[in-house]
Amino acid sequence: MSDRTPLVDMRNIHVSYGGVHAVEDVSIDLYPGEVLALVGGNGAGKSTLIKTLSGAVVPDSGEIHINGERVEITNPRDAKQYGIETIYQTLALAENLDTPGNMFLGRELTTRFGNLDDSAMEDAARKVMKRLNPKFENFKIPVARLSGGQRQAIAIARAVHFNARILIMDEPTAALGPAETEQVANLIRSLKSEGIGIILISHDIHDVFDLADRISVMLQGRLVGTVNKDDVTMDEVLAMIIIGKMPGEVTQDELEELRG
Amino acid sequence: MSVTQAPPGETQQQETVRGPRPSVGSALRSAELDLRTLGMVGLLIVIWIGFHFMSGGTFLTPRNLWNLSVQFAPVAIMSTGMVLVIVSRNIDLSVGSMLGAVGMAIAVLQAEILPDILGFGHPAIWLIAVGAALVLGGLIGLLQGLIVAYVGVPSFIVTLGGLLVWRGVTWWITAGRTVAPMDSTFQLLGGGSRGSLGEVGSWAVGVLACIGIVAILLYDRRQRIRYGFKLRPTWAMIAIAVVGSAAVLGAVWVMNSYYLPENVAMQVAEQQGIPWPEGGLRIPMGISYPVLIAIGVMLLMSFVANQRRFGRYIYSIGGNPEAAVLSGINTRWTIAKTFMTMGMLVGVAAAVTVARLNAATSGLGTLAELYVIAAAVIGGTSLAGGVGTIPGAVLGALVMQSLQSGMVLMNVDAPLQDIVVGIVLVIAVAVDVYYRKRAAQ
Repeated sequence: MSDRTPLVDMRNIHVSYGGVHAVEDVSIDLYPGEVLALVGGNGAGKSTLIKTLSGAVVPDSGEIHINGERVEITNPRDAKQYGIETIYQTLALAENLDTPGNMFLGRELTTRFGNLDDSAMEDAARKVMKRLNPKFENFKIPVARLSGGQRQAIAIARAVHFNARILIMDEPTAALGPAETEQVANLIRSLKSEGIGIILISHDIHDVFDLADRISVMLQGRLVGTVNKDDVTMDEVLAMIIIGKMPGEVTQDELEELRG
Repeated sequence: MSVTQAPPGETQQQETVRGPRPSVGSALRSAELDLRTLGMVGLLIVIWIGFHFMSGGTFLTPRNLWNLSVQFAPVAIMSTGMVLVIVSRNIDLSVGSMLGAVGMAIAVLQAEILPDILGFGHPAIWLIAVGAALVLGGLIGLLQGLIVAYVGVPSFIVTLGGLLVWRGVTWWITAGRTVAPMDSTFQLLGGGSRGSLGEVGSWAVGVLACIGIVAILLYDRRQRIRYGFKLRPTWAMIAIAVVGSAAVLGAVWVMNSYYLPENVAMQVAEQQGIPWPEGGLRIPMGISYPVLIAIGVMLLMSFVANQRRFGRYIYSIGGNPEAAVLSGINTRWTIAKTFMTMGMLVGVAAAVTVARLNAATSGLGTLAELYVIAAAVIGGTSLAGGVGTIPGAVLGALVMQSLQSGMVLMNVDAPLQDIVVGIVLVIAVAVDVYYRKRAAQ
């Protein structure tokens, strides 16, 4: 892969909140058509790291390169300009707005007089949702009244509609049932085949092995390492997550202990 | 549908033959009418009829309704801005004091400063005064908004401070002296016997409004057909058009049924060379300018709230501030602009109020914040943020003014009026809390 230009190249990212190092000297990269899983325990710094890419957090130091070019991402608008879309764990939906209102929030379609074109937005929302959730019909009611799966679909639809080249998914299946989880997995595969690079944060090691090409593991704000999924076992990844040792370094005894 | 002229009731009955009997609720839903707004209209009718009987038949008279409409205008104008402030999860407690400060400032400007520069009665004086009201109100609002949005002081505290500061400024401008009279053209903004559209103008406005209602319904229908969305039932469209137009024309008729006082009518007759008839001359007042301004403000603010990005962003901030930030919205500047808008509307209300009183006193606008906030809350604005409509708030302002006017007609003492307004405000919020708890279940 090293002969190609990475879609995203984050180098030596540092973020600290009031003296606490949330992210310390972390470097990861992402290639087109690749799913990179970002895993680690609670407080490992995964969410903070991806927030520096989505523009929600500005890193203290470090560089971000998109397609080989150094970029400055200081707010979510910057990130979206570079084709970076983020599906947050909280979904980041305005509960009182309807589906088109949320999908186009911050990027509304307007008429030539600058007025909101609600009909055009509803039409576009219907087209995208047809692909993600064909049975969905409640376009005009506040999203607060929709189910978890429907809300998830809206958050995904928002990213898909704007032709993300880089998609960040923070626990996209945490709130979903098995059928909906499978739907999201299929969507990830189809987006991947379109050449979109996906960073997937997940607690579910099975999901990770099912979907990811490479796995980056974080522990206490530092990167333990990045491995190819095909080169490692689940136990070895668990060892990276829990004791922070790379597959070569970890002893058989330690692996036994992790298995209980 | 084959029947195009049938009133809603009949068409509905026809449908019951075809399918399961629709409930009133589902019929209203398919007509896309807001139940809460309809409930408020119902409440208003109950209040009006109640006061009419309790006041011995003096409430539902053209004279009382005309005066009520003039008095309601400033509160209605400010409530349209208060909706947006509350929707954004903020509050503005300073609007009454701001109204005082801005009103006093433009009163001094037009009564004591501009006549010396431009000459007494100069035709530009009223325009300069109104412009100054907008600018001053906007600047005060912007200042408060910037402190809320960028310094991070809660709006409750910033505007509570503002309540004291601007009241102090009101007094300080003239050291407590009352300023009067106002420029004669400026006075027309306050209504009064000459500050109205008259009979023909009022009917013209009424007919234009009816055409507007039909045009909006047809535009909405055309957009839906264009994108293949579900259409409103034809009976509902006709019903909305008929009821809406009837309400507009009925209101115009009431306004035209209140006549100029005899002495003013006599002056008019003299000016126009009409001989004074035996039984007196009945010249209809028509829609007063304050009401016209309030309606214009309501339409403009509804447009901003629903059709402009600014409005959409305010609602998104109220619904989920974090989501608004993550969507790339400049939430701070949006909040600052919301307070600035509120301030400009206070400027408009100040101009109308000073014009109506034909004077500015140091107590101008006292307790207006309570009426304005109550109007917004009664009109369905949730203090939790994110929810509220501008027409709802204007209806709420009408409810508040009806309560006050009704109590005046019944000779209720001023302190008791305050007690009632206070209780109504608490009840309105309690109803809102109850309603939302039920909706959440």
